[in-house]
Amino acid sequence: MGVTEFFMYLAVMAGVTYAIRAVPLVLCKREITNRFLRSFLAYVPYAVLGAMTFPAIFYSTDGYLAAAAGTAVALVLAFYRKGLLLVAVGACLAAFLVKII
Amino acid sequence: MKDFKRGMKDGLPIALGYVSVSFTFGLMAVSAGMDWWQAVLISMTNVTSAGQFAGLDIMVAGGAMVEMALSQFVINLRYALMSLSLSQKVDKTVYTIYRFIVGFGVTDEIFAVAMSRDRKVSRYYMFGLIAVPYFGWAGGTLAGAVLGGILPEIVRSSLGIAIYGMFLAIIIPKAHEDSRYMKVILIAIALSCCFKWIPGLNRVSSGFVIIICAVAASAAGALFYPVLDGEGKEDEE
Repeated sequence: MGVTEFFMYLAVMAGVTYAIRAVPLVLCKREITNRFLRSFLAYVPYAVLGAMTFPAIFYSTDGYLAAAAGTAVALVLAFYRKGLLLVAVGACLAAFLVKII
Repeated sequence: MKDFKRGMKDGLPIALGYVSVSFTFGLMAVSAGMDWWQAVLISMTNVTSAGQFAGLDIMVAGGAMVEMALSQFVINLRYALMSLSLSQKVDKTVYTIYRFIVGFGVTDEIFAVAMSRDRKVSRYYMFGLIAVPYFGWAGGTLAGAVLGGILPEIVRSSLGIAIYGMFLAIIIPKAHEDSRYMKVILIAIALSCCFKWIPGLNRVSSGFVIIICAVAASAAGALFYPVLDGEGKEDEE
C-alpha cells in the first residue's frame, strides 16, 4: 500500500466516522419532550454496551476458561462498584493467572 | 476550570483502559505491515476501537473505498444514537462550534461516563473527559506499534479482556440499582447471543448486530418500562 493510498483510506475512514458523531450533536439542540424517545435514548448506552460485551467477552482472550475467570472477576468487582480501571485490571489479571496456572 | 479537572479525573480510568486496547491495535497494525506513524495517525483521527480494527483489515487487504466507507458507517452508526442522547445531556455552554469539537470525541466509554453524571455536562467537563482518553488512545497505539513485539504472547492476549471489563463496570451498577435497565440490558444481551450463535443470523456483520440489538432492546424498554417524566428530567439535570 502506497502512502497516497493510505491517506485516501484514512480520509474516508475518519470522515465517515466523524460525520456520524458530529451531525446529530450539532443538529439536535432542542430538548426532546417525547416520553418514548426520552426513555429510548436513556436506555441506548446500556443496551449498546450489553450487546457489545456479551458474548464477545468470552472470545476476548485465548481460552474460554481464562475468559470466564476474567468475566466472573469483572462481574463481582463491577457489582461492588469498584470503578472502571479496577474492574478492567482485575479482569486482565484473572485471565492472566488462569493461563499461567 | 473545576469542570475541566473533574472531566479529566473521570477520563483517567477510561484512558488507562484505552491504553491496553490501543496498544493491541498498534501491535496488530505493525504486524500487518503498517508503519508506526500510520497506526498512530489512524488512532488520532478515528478514536474508535471496532471501526479501526475493521478499517485496518480493509486497508491491508486493499479493499475498495466504498467498502471502507460502508463498513465504518455501519460499525460506527451507534455513535449517532449516542450523539443524539448526548445532545440532550450537554448544557447551554456547549454552543454549536463546541458541538463540532465534542462530536469528535464521542466514544462508547466517554459517552457512558458523561451520561452517568447526575447533572447536565458543560463544555469544559466534556473537554477534560475527552482529552485524557484521547492521549491514552494515541499514546497506547504508539507504544503498541513500537514496543508490542517484546511482550510475551500470554500478556498480550490477557489484555484483550480489558475493554469488556470497563463496559461491565458501567452497566452492572446501573442494572443493580434499576431493574428496568437490567431488563433492557438482558434483552440486548440475549439478542446479541442469538446473532452470534444462530446459523444464518451469525453472518450479519458485527456493526449491524450492535445497532439492531441496541435499538430493539431500547425500544422495548421505552415501550414497556418508560422512564417517568419527572424522573427522566431528574436523571439528566
